Amino acid sequence: MSLLHWAILAPFLMAVFVPLIHKRAAAIHTGWFVLILPVLLFGMFLQYLPVTRENSSITETASWIPSLGINFTAYIDGLSLLFALLITGIGSLVVLYSVFYLSQSKEKLGHFYVYLLMFMGAMLGVVLSDNVITLYMFWELTSISSFLLIAYWYDRERSRYGALKSMLITVFGGLMMLGGFLVLSLMGDTFSIRELAAQALELNKDPLFGLAMILVLLGAFTKSAQFPFYIWLPDAMEAPTPVSAYLHSATMVKAGIYLVARFSPIFAFSGYWFWIVGAVGLFTMTWASFNAVKQTDLKGILAFSTVSQLGLIMSLLGVGAASLHVESLDDNLFITAVIAAVFHLINHATFKGSLFMAVGIIDHETGTRDIRKLGGLMSLMPVTFTLSVIGAFSMAGLPPFNGFLSKEMFFASMVHLLELDLFQMDTWAILFPVMAWIGSVFTFIYSIMIIFKVFTGRFQPEKLEKKPHEAPIGMLVSPIILALLVVVFGLFPNLLSYSLIQPAAAAIVPSILPPGGQLDVHISFWHGFKPELFMTIGVIVIGILLYKLMPKWIKMYDYMPGKVTLNQLYNASLYAAERGSNAITNSYMTGFIRSYLMYIFVFFIGMLGFTMWAKEAFHYDASAAAPIGLYEVSLIIVLVIATATILLAKSRLTSIIALGGVGYTVSLFFVIFRAPDLALTQLVIETVSTALFLLCFYHLPKLSRHEEKRRFQAGNALVAAGVGIMVTLLGISAHSSKFFTSINDYYVENTYKKAGGENMVNVILVDFRGFDTLFEITVLAVAALGIYGLIKLRLEKGGETNENK
Amino acid sequence: MMEAVLQISLLLLAVSMIGLVYRLVKGPTVPDRVVALDAMGVNLVSITAVLSMLLDTHNYLDVILLIGILAFIGTVAFAKFLEKGEVIEYDRDQ
Repeated sequence: MSLLHWAILAPFLMAVFVPLIHKRAAAIHTGWFVLILPVLLFGMFLQYLPVTRENSSITETASWIPSLGINFTAYIDGLSLLFALLITGIGSLVVLYSVFYLSQSKEKLGHFYVYLLMFMGAMLGVVLSDNVITLYMFWELTSISSFLLIAYWYDRERSRYGALKSMLITVFGGLMMLGGFLVLSLMGDTFSIRELAAQALELNKDPLFGLAMILVLLGAFTKSAQFPFYIWLPDAMEAPTPVSAYLHSATMVKAGIYLVARFSPIFAFSGYWFWIVGAVGLFTMTWASFNAVKQTDLKGILAFSTVSQLGLIMSLLGVGAASLHVESLDDNLFITAVIAAVFHLINHATFKGSLFMAVGIIDHETGTRDIRKLGGLMSLMPVTFTLSVIGAFSMAGLPPFNGFLSKEMFFASMVHLLELDLFQMDTWAILFPVMAWIGSVFTFIYSIMIIFKVFTGRFQPEKLEKKPHEAPIGMLVSPIILALLVVVFGLFPNLLSYSLIQPAAAAIVPSILPPGGQLDVHISFWHGFKPELFMTIGVIVIGILLYKLMPKWIKMYDYMPGKVTLNQLYNASLYAAERGSNAITNSYMTGFIRSYLMYIFVFFIGMLGFTMWAKEAFHYDASAAAPIGLYEVSLIIVLVIATATILLAKSRLTSIIALGGVGYTVSLFFVIFRAPDLALTQLVIETVSTALFLLCFYHLPKLSRHEEKRRFQAGNALVAAGVGIMVTLLGISAHSSKFFTSINDYYVENTYKKAGGENMVNVILVDFRGFDTLFEITVLAVAALGIYGLIKLRLEKGGETNENK
Repeated sequence: MMEAVLQISLLLLAVSMIGLVYRLVKGPTVPDRVVALDAMGVNLVSITAVLSMLLDTHNYLDVILLIGILAFIGTVAFAKFLEKGEVIEYDRDQ
């Protein structure tokens, strides 16, 4: 266990102590104590910057289940460090924000911080794990802690619905991902991601490669809310705003991005990877930005915008895979896509975090998040307004904020695709920049919607629950820091170039780097009149036009069929699964023991018949059979008549007597076949059990004691006949094919010599195989005690009841 | 000679057994059946005896005794059941 391991585990350890702190120090907001940890971790991770800057990495291994090759291996390279810094950095800001957002007296803060710390530790574990099994474990922990956080206000129905939905979808993806990991580790014979990446080219030729890729991508797409799995994210907005800001914009939803980036060295050689990741990402981006415009809830807009931005990053990662197919590093245009993905990842975390916090402030200070009720807050909440403007303009891709730069790089990568002659891109390439551009137009529209619908226009105090005013300074600190970062990264993007972006991008496409080489990351603010600049200008012009004309075309959304949305599909499939399994279970679980016996017997006939038929086990060989005497035949006739009487008798009493007759005839058979001990026992037992049957008969309720004749049922007769025939055939076949001689010669020889008895049956029962006898005695004892208990112990309500009274 | 006699007697006993079974099945009343069962028990005693002669063994003498006892107990139990409706009477003192 190294320092790095303790850093991953520290949030979990802290989570253990949170309830204690919460109880003991009730006067101070628990968040202050929690805040220390992410700040410390952030500082600690900053110290790794010089290491990753040189494209080197640190690996620390702690044994977990070494016999299975499962180890807790922490691994830091550019990519994981970037994520670790995001998690701890934004984590600190979110904890600080939550101190002012959540009230110490009204909320269950102990729960909140336990879940949040659990999540933070799990997320650190995801990004720092090199072992896929460990990664999966932390991955599921993020799902679980996210579930707990979404349902933090568990008395609300919508919260529980959202939590369940996100749980089902992300856990579905998680399990698929586990399958993908296992397939991968089967192919590569290791659980370590780096060792898998080292044999990427061999893995590409494996027939299971496609399966592993699809499964891993399912995990990434469900977690990162890609189409069609994005539906859980808008419903997860029922969580407290700090949670939405932290989990559902900055960290957890980026776990899928991380996964795609982390596994790029393994999968990216495949053309399918390029197509699936690129196209799904781009479609998600366009679709979600289109849907974001019709939302009326601020958090709804932000949720769809998160989905859209994640799609953007995802598509960049997919397009970046094309860089592996370009020979020379110098004229490799697609490396821009990878750099843009990393850059936009950072940018999105900063501006989306600050936007969520700003929305939280608006919600906190006005009591609503509905843009139809809000308006004219500019003069009332100037700081929040400034924050929102910075965040939203950066999201829209306007200069001088950082979103502008990454959006430009995004356009540039998409335009470069026109020059690609791989993967049938010559026919489809034009779709990429067009869709990217359309998505960006809608992104622009919803971004300025946030500003203008909330802060300008008419102030409507009568619709608000509270009297709006500026938030306390503590609540503003975190978004101000994030907004400052937005501006700083916008103006001085090269602060990040070689410290964070280059190492992370190099970790995504390590195979194109020469040993010790570095990618050329130089983000320039002004790069001449390139097509991407005209695209951005087009976005702004068309976006403003469309926003102005919005009342004219907003009705378009009404024509979208409400019945066939993905949410409807999700609800309907849940309902159908519930109803369907209910119907199936009800159809065979009838509650009647005769149905179950029917299943058992039919199964018995079928399995036995099939096995014997398939193995050609039916035999008939009479050579070992003994001659049949006349008295045996007559006894059998007696037996058959008595048995038929049991079945056909009108009254139960007749059946009981006939059963006694059967028993006595069987004892006679024992006599004929020379088994005196059996005959003795059979006689006594038959007598006793007949007496017991009579006892039961006597206690039958008067009404049903003399019921009519049993109804004939063809199905029952068929099954009964089948069982009889099957067992008969089995007996004949078994008797016809004996492979070994019996061992009874040993007993005959040694009953007197070794055991000192003359009665061989008894010597076997108590000497040669006495253990069986011991436990048959036990069975009888248990039965006797059970009967005694059943009769004596009557714990019904209303005291002792006696049926005879 | 002896064996043939024994075989014939077994056959006759078996035939009488079939007759008793006919009574057991046909009834018509429960006492008819109980008496048939009792007679079957006696018949069993004889069959067992003849069989043990035929098999030349005296291991079945216990069986003969036991059948005698059980047939008696069984018939008495049945008789009591038919008479009183139960075999072991409820102890009214408790």
